[in-house]
Amino acid sequence: MVRRYGDFATSEDAVQEALLAAAQQWQVDGIPAQPKNWLITVAARRRIELLRSEAARRRREEAVFRASTEPAPVSEVDDSLTLLLLCCHPAVSPPAQVALTLRAVGGLTTAEIARALLIPEKTVGQRISRAKQRIRDAGARFAVPPPDELAERLSVVRKVLDLIFNEGYTASAGPHLHRVELSAEAIRLTRQLHRQLPDDGEVTGLLALMLLTDARRPARVTADGALVPLAEQERSLWDRAAIEEGVALITGSLRTAPIGPYQLQAAIAAVHDEAARTEDTDWPQILQLYGMLEVFAPGPMVTLNRIVALAEVDGPAVALARLADAERALAGHHRVAAVRGHLLEMAGDRAAARDEYLRAARLTLSVPEQRYLKSRAGRLA
Amino acid sequence: MKYMILIHSNQQSLDLWETLTDQQREDFGRGHLKLTEEMAQSGVLVVSEGLADPSLARWVSARDGHTIASDGPFAEVKEHLAGFYLIEVDSQEAAIAWAAKVPDAQLREVEVRPVLDMSGWEF
Repeated sequence: MVRRYGDFATSEDAVQEALLAAAQQWQVDGIPAQPKNWLITVAARRRIELLRSEAARRRREEAVFRASTEPAPVSEVDDSLTLLLLCCHPAVSPPAQVALTLRAVGGLTTAEIARALLIPEKTVGQRISRAKQRIRDAGARFAVPPPDELAERLSVVRKVLDLIFNEGYTASAGPHLHRVELSAEAIRLTRQLHRQLPDDGEVTGLLALMLLTDARRPARVTADGALVPLAEQERSLWDRAAIEEGVALITGSLRTAPIGPYQLQAAIAAVHDEAARTEDTDWPQILQLYGMLEVFAPGPMVTLNRIVALAEVDGPAVALARLADAERALAGHHRVAAVRGHLLEMAGDRAAARDEYLRAARLTLSVPEQRYLKSRAGRLA
Repeated sequence: MKYMILIHSNQQSLDLWETLTDQQREDFGRGHLKLTEEMAQSGVLVVSEGLADPSLARWVSARDGHTIASDGPFAEVKEHLAGFYLIEVDSQEAAIAWAAKVPDAQLREVEVRPVLDMSGWEF
């Protein structure tokens, strides 16, 4: 392929994908009489598709850059869904699923992925080639997912898209603003998936969650890179169009689709985003939604957020008692001290609140969070 | 998440090194090369380096636009950094599993420290 066409990267990708196809098709149809010719034919076809999608991606990006509107709909929708499912193969580790999805479906270069994930290009390359190897190995053993496995495979796809979004969103404070591109890419891919599977409530929920979260981006960081908590954000900076789209999506899916954790998280985000002022927040509704989320997708962050909501509804004393009860199950999660500090501050115990904020600052791995917690402690000094 | 595996050197580790045979020392060096290769193949390696002797270190300070480089407090230093691996893995458990493969961990011990990042929700 490289000899015939001269461009190594595209040919390599095309051959890899032809091998993937072979691993699956030959198992079903048997090995063809001329396996090498078959591979070259398939690889050549894939190479043209790859070049076309690279060109299409460039055109889309240029269009987006000019008009700042939605990218044009992609034609090979079924292809990209199959590819997305392959990239998010359960045999591949989550970091490698992320890298492979960004490369193969998102069309980012290895260098772009490396810059976005803050790891060396070589590491990205190795993750991708290892992921392809894993998929080949798994594909040689397993058939293409039958319909009854599709739900499980789609849940991995959603998780990977969510990971990509979070990589971009949570890390977009401070000097790493270029990582914002990852959130935009995650939204683009989820939008594409939603177009292909409009009846999947959880895909809709994920897209809504991303839009409703991303809408707050302009207000979440100060000019000097400090993190602004939700309660203190300048809400007029929020992206109204994104909020309206997110609210419309989640309202529609909650009416028609079976409920799931992404829809619940999107609903919570929608309640926050619809409050014109912090004090207008409908906390009883948020508390109820976290209660449901704890049933669908229990975890320390859900428990802690529910306790914060409980404090707004029933007061800090009730919430502190609940936190003490939950302490064991939270198993030393680094946010416990931050939440306790917040509740103690609400209760008026400034000295104890300050100690908890300082403890939380020592336990976090996040620089902006550390800065924020120290400033909260400083205000109580 | 990124983790730094720190290899410290001190009098005990230097004493221990003196007791090793040539073959053991060679295996030790090869162990590091092999581990670096294994980390790279697995897609977890960010960077790894061994550091030159601390007698070659310079301690640098900058005041009022002047740079002062001195030999530093080498004589008093009882422990120094001899090398490191910077890896990116999913969990502390995974970082510990990699650290256990460092030849120094098999002789004495190494330190595993999480690296701060820029992540953060507005909570």
